[in-house]
Amino acid sequence: MSGQELLFLLSGLKWTLALSAVGFVTGAVFGLLIALLRTSPNAITAKIAEYYIAVFQGTPLLMQLFVVYFGLPLLGLKLDAWIAVAIGFTLHASAYLGEIWRGAIQAVPRGQTEAANALALSYWPRMKDIILPQALRISLPATVGFLVQLIKGTSLAALVGFIELSLAGKFIANQTFRPLIVYSVVGLLYFIICWPLSLYGTRLERKFAATSR
Amino acid sequence: MGYAFDFSPVWEGMPSLLKGCLGTFALAISGMILATVIGIGGVILRHSHFPPVRWLVMTFVELIRNTPFLVQCYFIFFALPLLGEQLGVAIFNLGLMDKPGNLLKLGPTATAIIALGVNGGAYAIEIIRGGVQSINKGQVEAGLALGLHRTQVFRLIVLKPALRAIYPSLTSQFTLLTLTTSVASAIAAYELTSVAEIINGNSFRTFEVYFTVTIMYLIISSLMAVGFNALSRRYFSYPVK
Repeated sequence: MSGQELLFLLSGLKWTLALSAVGFVTGAVFGLLIALLRTSPNAITAKIAEYYIAVFQGTPLLMQLFVVYFGLPLLGLKLDAWIAVAIGFTLHASAYLGEIWRGAIQAVPRGQTEAANALALSYWPRMKDIILPQALRISLPATVGFLVQLIKGTSLAALVGFIELSLAGKFIANQTFRPLIVYSVVGLLYFIICWPLSLYGTRLERKFAATSR
Repeated sequence: MGYAFDFSPVWEGMPSLLKGCLGTFALAISGMILATVIGIGGVILRHSHFPPVRWLVMTFVELIRNTPFLVQCYFIFFALPLLGEQLGVAIFNLGLMDKPGNLLKLGPTATAIIALGVNGGAYAIEIIRGGVQSINKGQVEAGLALGLHRTQVFRLIVLKPALRAIYPSLTSQFTLLTLTTSVASAIAAYELTSVAEIINGNSFRTFEVYFTVTIMYLIISSLMAVGFNALSRRYFSYPVK
């Protein structure tokens, strides 16, 4: 593999990282909204959020990407390919993060909510200053785990024709007829990004398990 | 706006889509069986007294869990045959075969099953390991002290509680594995998504086809959830009497 080909892979890697970052950050914003709706006392919004999560957790990521990617133009939206793909990952991430954070919010001891109520705090201060900071801590290992899942998931953007690391690898492999070395390098690049995150997630999990004992 | 939806190609293609569902089931079930075998075997090897075997299992788990399934599929489908070719020549030169063959050249479906099994297996190793660790050694000793037979101790005190402990994570991993079969369409394995791609190629009703298929996947995963729950109520609920 020549230097130029390696450079092409790295430019693919750049898009993998960009998609992961955009998907995670915007997904986190909407995910927080989903988690709050899911735990809200209003039965209707809680039900809607529940179905939203169930649909995204019950269908393949690939289908979600296809439906969003080919569906958005039908709504009259002319978007860049990468924005359409990023919207797909945002919706996917918001459902998964919403479910993770729903669990974390409900794992905060009830006494905390009751104490906040006793102090006459209303919903927003209670959530912002009391519940969410504790929930964030609880959810951290699972959130990091999902980030790894999302980075690996961006490889599916290759199947709608978006050139990120996997598709760049496929091009180079077809061009050089050396799939063994090319796919090894591609796998290694994913591994270099994901492994430290996985280790970090496991370490957090151990730390929290030790402190909660 | 102004797009006229036309689901008729989807209805006409429904018989082949339903057949594609069977392909998805076949892939998923074969993948689950292989994943379980790899998972149990991996946990046994993971507790080996020979450290390199333990390291090998740990490396396998980390490598598989930190690379995308799609890249694993590509690797098995496109890269391994090249290794197999050289291996075949080497075996031929040793005089063990009458002509150079390729043992690692796999069809799309075989590739998909192996990729699903290997991928699911790496997760299964971690899940099953957690279940085995959840059994307190004192429980086994208590069982033996109460005069239970060794097989009874294994069945009632080790296996059942361990299965009960890992059941939720293992079944959700299996559901995920079933949804992941859609990625096997990238190497043209026969399943629901690749059938959808053929119908899409003939009709260009892209959105309608994939929207319908998405709903079919939702039905499949819901049915699996119902089935897994029923199994768990049947076998893992604590006796009330």
